[in-house]
Amino acid sequence: MAKRTLRTLLGASLLAAASLVQAQEAKTVAITQIVEHPALDAVYQGVKDQLAEQGYKEGENLTVMHESAQGNSAIASQIARKFIGEQPDVIVAIATPSAQTVAAAARNIPVVFSAVTDPVGAKLVQSLEAPGANITGVSDMLPLEKHLDMLQRVMPDAKRIGTVYNPGEANAVSLVNMLEERLAARGLELVKAAATKTSEVLGAARSLVGEADAIYLTTDNTVISAAEAVISVGERADIPVFAADTATVERGAVAALGFNYYEHGRQTGKMVYRVLQGADTATMPVETMDTLDLFVNPAAAERMGITLSEDFVKEAKEVVKNDK
Amino acid sequence: MLSEIAFYGALETGLIYGLVAFGIYISFRVLDFPDLTVDGSFPLGAAVAAMLIIAGWNPWIATGAAVLAGMAAGAVTALLNVKLNILNLLASILTMIALYSVNLRIMGRPNVALLTEETVLTPWYELDLAFHQVPVLLFLVVVFISLILLWRFMKSETGLAMRATGANPRMARAQGIATGGMIVLGVALSNGLVGLAGALFAQSQGAADVTMGVGVIVIGLASLIGGEALVTPSTVIRALIACVVGAIIYRLAIAFALNADVLGLQAQDLNLITAVLVTLAIVLPGVRNSVIGKLTRKKA
Repeated sequence: MAKRTLRTLLGASLLAAASLVQAQEAKTVAITQIVEHPALDAVYQGVKDQLAEQGYKEGENLTVMHESAQGNSAIASQIARKFIGEQPDVIVAIATPSAQTVAAAARNIPVVFSAVTDPVGAKLVQSLEAPGANITGVSDMLPLEKHLDMLQRVMPDAKRIGTVYNPGEANAVSLVNMLEERLAARGLELVKAAATKTSEVLGAARSLVGEADAIYLTTDNTVISAAEAVISVGERADIPVFAADTATVERGAVAALGFNYYEHGRQTGKMVYRVLQGADTATMPVETMDTLDLFVNPAAAERMGITLSEDFVKEAKEVVKNDK
Repeated sequence: MLSEIAFYGALETGLIYGLVAFGIYISFRVLDFPDLTVDGSFPLGAAVAAMLIIAGWNPWIATGAAVLAGMAAGAVTALLNVKLNILNLLASILTMIALYSVNLRIMGRPNVALLTEETVLTPWYELDLAFHQVPVLLFLVVVFISLILLWRFMKSETGLAMRATGANPRMARAQGIATGGMIVLGVALSNGLVGLAGALFAQSQGAADVTMGVGVIVIGLASLIGGEALVTPSTVIRALIACVVGAIIYRLAIAFALNADVLGLQAQDLNLITAVLVTLAIVLPGVRNSVIGKLTRKKA
């Protein structure tokens, strides 16, 4: 009898001690997401996997609250209020509208956003380098500099870079403006061709013949929908076409440095980890993607009149076999 | 259970959707005009207010302009119906899809942030109130004023003519009421209220977004029908109160659903919950009546 009591006591105190340790380490992360679709779901999974890898396992020392607003901004707002009321250690907000609703209501809780293209334009942070308040995160802005590095590595002599874009698409316009600045800084010239609908993409691409040494396509929805038109012009006129997204390489572009949203989520998870460890969001610069996947298509390069170096092809995560 | 912040958040969103429910009450109940324009006029109000606020306008004047923009959108729908004889539901769908492009044009991009701008809420934050209580207080005042004005309007000669138009257009015409004009006025008024809701929502959420109109009609209807189930809308004032009560109850239900992890409910169940709530709201009054009917028959 006494033995059993002793054992119970011992067990209970051990349990208490264990739960005490857990109470010190246990953290709560609340994740709000505007809508469920593959890219954003991959971000969510990436955040969780990264945290687990760094020692915060869900159900052990980490509580994860996750809500999707199903594309409804009023519900996004209520999710934000719910999370703020529960005082988690970090709120992760996936995509711009969710991040803004959290930013409008959260004052003292650290917020890490993800899949936000223009955090400064969305007024989430004062500047990319110094966010200034309780909010920082990872932007899915195209890493234009790295894309241009790649382009120049393949074609060091290219001076005039052409692009096709839709002047009616806000994101496309801001990307083209940024592209123009970055190219100018490198002493290169941007040759723009406008296409307001997919049926105009072919004509726009043709207007680049004789004007551009290479073509670079951003993630402009209109143009990417009709990327084959640009690629066919590139093949006929020997103008290599580079892309911002890897799927276009599979469709016949020469090369692209793209990222996947799962890795985007992992990078977000790293920032969340640092915040859980006590880092101050106000001084954590907004990050852009650092892991980029190189996709190359040597056959497409041949058709556009260039040969990709062996080193370059070796670096690729995926070599697309596209022999037509 | 619900935290204080989640509770006030539900009240805040509920009050804004109370204005939407007012609008839907006018189109659906008073005029018998199924109007989907609201899915476009809600973000339209948000877009107009946001752009004017960014341009440095006084936020209240910007909000007033949002109301006018909403009214214009409603008038377009009504004119398509009255002048071109396009079926009312189709007319509203046409305006709704057109508004998507219009809203993109107005904003110049899909999302305009107001997080650091001066809004109608800014001066009130200096009051000695918790941060999350301020919008509730302000929106309560706005909803109350709107309710009184609408009530007085519905009792005025024009308001009675509008109600007659919805109840029996042929009789209304026989009484010398210009029913076409009444429909234009009513649908404009309805969308003006929805534009107001959109403008206030953008200011409390920190951004106008081109997608923020998705589902406004369903939620407005859910609020209207739910409110009517709880507050029997036998008079205009009761019907208007029902709109606000329904909208707040709906938001509280969503807040509880978000907290109902214990029941095994998850985020992806929310749309289902909405559908169940609306169905219940439609069915319950009938059940209640039939039960009461049976009971009274038994007594008799």
